[in-house]
Amino acid sequence: MNALEVKNLVKRFDGVHAVDHLSLAIEQGRVTAFVGPNGSGKTTLMHLLSGVFAFDGGQVSIDNVALSNIAPNDIATLGITRTFQSVRLFNQMSVLDNILVVLTERGVWASLFERHTQFHLEKAKEVLEFVGLWDKRAENVDGLSYGQRKLLEIARVLTMNSQIILLDEPFAGLFPEVVKKVRGAVLHLREQGKTVVLIEHNMQLIRELADHVYVLDSGKLLAEGKPEHVLSERKVIEAYLGE
Amino acid sequence: MPYLEHILTLAGIYAILGMSLNLLVGYTGLLSVSHAAFNGVGAYVVAILLTQAGWSFFPAVLVAILLSMAVALLIGLVLGKFRDDYYALASLGFGVIAVAVFRNWSSLTRGPLGIPGIPRPEIFGFTFSSNLSFLIFTVVATVLVYLLCRFIIRSSFGRVLQAIRDDELATQVFGYNSYYFKLTIFVISAGLAAIAGGLLASYLTYIDPGTFVLLDAIFIIAAIILGGLANLNGSVLGAIILILLPEALRFVGFPSEVAAQMRQFVFGLMLVLLMLYRPQGLVGKYKL
Repeated sequence: MNALEVKNLVKRFDGVHAVDHLSLAIEQGRVTAFVGPNGSGKTTLMHLLSGVFAFDGGQVSIDNVALSNIAPNDIATLGITRTFQSVRLFNQMSVLDNILVVLTERGVWASLFERHTQFHLEKAKEVLEFVGLWDKRAENVDGLSYGQRKLLEIARVLTMNSQIILLDEPFAGLFPEVVKKVRGAVLHLREQGKTVVLIEHNMQLIRELADHVYVLDSGKLLAEGKPEHVLSERKVIEAYLGE
Repeated sequence: MPYLEHILTLAGIYAILGMSLNLLVGYTGLLSVSHAAFNGVGAYVVAILLTQAGWSFFPAVLVAILLSMAVALLIGLVLGKFRDDYYALASLGFGVIAVAVFRNWSSLTRGPLGIPGIPRPEIFGFTFSSNLSFLIFTVVATVLVYLLCRFIIRSSFGRVLQAIRDDELATQVFGYNSYYFKLTIFVISAGLAAIAGGLLASYLTYIDPGTFVLLDAIFIIAAIILGGLANLNGSVLGAIILILLPEALRFVGFPSEVAAQMRQFVFGLMLVLLMLYRPQGLVGKYKL
């Protein structure tokens, strides 16, 4: 069963197709990786799926509900959550508050009369302990290292408990020790039966984590299939190395 | 003593203005330059209802709050589309329009002549006519506004405002409609600014359009930046310092022929130094 389907999706910037009539399906409960050279449209696709960019054409179906456009604040109710290529945290708030934001009421009036409870704190503790940041809970985010910031972004995603998780280069620029933790989080999501969409350049990690791979080039689908097959295809290697 | 009462009363009124603006600038990251206008709306509504319609202070303030919030709702629907510099510019536009209305709607506001003879508040037959009684009245109002603001910022709503301030898109993708949050806090903030306006009108017993110009808006922003953004105590502290400091500099002993200019010079220099060495203000948590 498909968690997410993309049909003829188009996104143009000044006439240039960043995503060019793309059609694909992402299976539920599996890790699907997107690879491709820089500028191939991977992040643009993720922005389209999360409402950051509006579509110029085509549609996206989530749980068989067709959508001709998505607003960023709708994706949570559609069961989607995401991370960003450049980490986007609430920088002048504490680590704990970055998690509590995700846990509390979404409505204006409901949130005005809500205080966080022991339940919220326990949930936050659980997820921050999982990524090893509980001891840092009172610290301001802008004082965290890059790796810790990446982990906090992952922690926020785990807190959301969404069915579809979009991870945009979650391993980029991380030390091996932190890579191990993020890898653990992805495996944890897979064990929970979540649908994970992963953009990644590290082929070893793709082979290890992904059930299915899509290769994009110039906004179009170049290849797809099992990682061990796709990543050894000549046209994929050429697209990456420019040979 | 009456002089000190006068200064402290003004500090209290500006503390209310500062706290209400801090909800927008410090907690939500919206640099609004329209606060003097909402202060003016509150002041004019109270002044008109008290002098022309014979209302008493409390119902007049209630109407001022509601009207200011209604205006803010209309303005906020447009302002909510902007961010950063554009937000500041658009809010400045409203401030300019508001002053033009105060100045030119002469049949209602008496234009540049202003409205004199605004009575002091009265409750159960007691009139806050002395400066001391008005100071106590202002302190009570300031404490109530402080508690209300604290209630807001300690709620989940307050945390979302700070998240919007730090990264609006990231807040949206977690399911928050940031537009409604920004609109709501703008409307609440305008209502609180109207309370300060009502107090100011009744305290001074006279208002004119010159009280609510851009300079006044900048004064309020300076007060909250000086005291500290995203900190209510900072708003109160900033208002007290900005009201007291120029007065305190009177006693430094500058030659009388340059005293006024020197006071302004020292005052301005202190603000510049503060921004250089402590941009988050004296007790602030957030840097613009």
